[in-house]
Amino acid sequence: MKARFLIPAASVAVLFGFFWYALKGGNYDPQLIDSPLINRAAPGFSTVRLGDPNQPLGLQQYLGKPFVVNFWGTWCAGCRQEHPELLAIAHETRIPIIGIDWKDDHAAAANWLAELGNPFQAVGIDDDGKIAIDWGVYGAPETFLVDAQGRVIHKQVGPMTLDVWRKEFAARLPAGAVK
Amino acid sequence: MNAVVRVLAAGLLVATTALAIDTEPPLPDPDQQARYEALIHELRCLQCRSQTLADSDVSLAADLRREVRRLIAEGRSDAEVKAFLTARYGDYVLFRPPLNQRTWILWLAPGLLLLGGGLIAWRVVRHRTTLVPTDTEELDAGNDRS
Repeated sequence: MKARFLIPAASVAVLFGFFWYALKGGNYDPQLIDSPLINRAAPGFSTVRLGDPNQPLGLQQYLGKPFVVNFWGTWCAGCRQEHPELLAIAHETRIPIIGIDWKDDHAAAANWLAELGNPFQAVGIDDDGKIAIDWGVYGAPETFLVDAQGRVIHKQVGPMTLDVWRKEFAARLPAGAVK
Repeated sequence: MNAVVRVLAAGLLVATTALAIDTEPPLPDPDQQARYEALIHELRCLQCRSQTLADSDVSLAADLRREVRRLIAEGRSDAEVKAFLTARYGDYVLFRPPLNQRTWILWLAPGLLLLGGGLIAWRVVRHRTTLVPTDTEELDAGNDRS
């Protein structure tokens, strides 16, 4: 009969267990939205290069080897923050980084790359935001890793860093492919 | 009659949202426009989270409204429009989450809580009705004192 007095205490203990799990357990972040794209085929796109409307740029050109797709824009503060890190990543790896200039002023974007350096092997433009929607992007910068089979295997929401690149991106690829 | 009501309802919706966020002209088919309005009121703006696509004026919401409008104009069903968005953004884009492995506890919780609470209430009531009154003497004593 005494056991029933333990019920409230036990309920509180269970609740604290949930709180502890949410705070400490794993990498739970309520701001992050799980991407349904993970382990699915990378969404196709075909656009043109920034500053060169006659040069087509499409997913097909990169399939077969791992590559990175980075959504950015000159209007995006996090993109400016991550830019030096992208340069460092591009310096460290031979995996191509494809930039998608998301709903941006083309001249401002070209200036940005001329001023700050260009970590991208190619930059495509996404004026109407259709590519971003197909990739499930909800806030720049977002960075995707596509493997040699053309599947999206990881996504970083928010600024990239060299550390994230090494731990979350490069670590998911075969060692020979990275350097 | 039904059609008239629908058209009027669609007209009302158009009138209210035209004042607010959505600056696009309505779809030519009032039925489609009504479906469009209903859909954007239960799809989440991913940038502002607690707002629907209908409420938000960020550019991503405008782009997503455009996609919803395009799909409806192409004759897609509501389910197909939702599938288009969940394939890209996950179930989080739906304000009304579907019943599945991850959400069953959310959907069943009210029923389970009601059932559990009801069970406890029933037991307490039944327990009380079987209690023998043991405190009559103390009560009388209290009355004497006053």
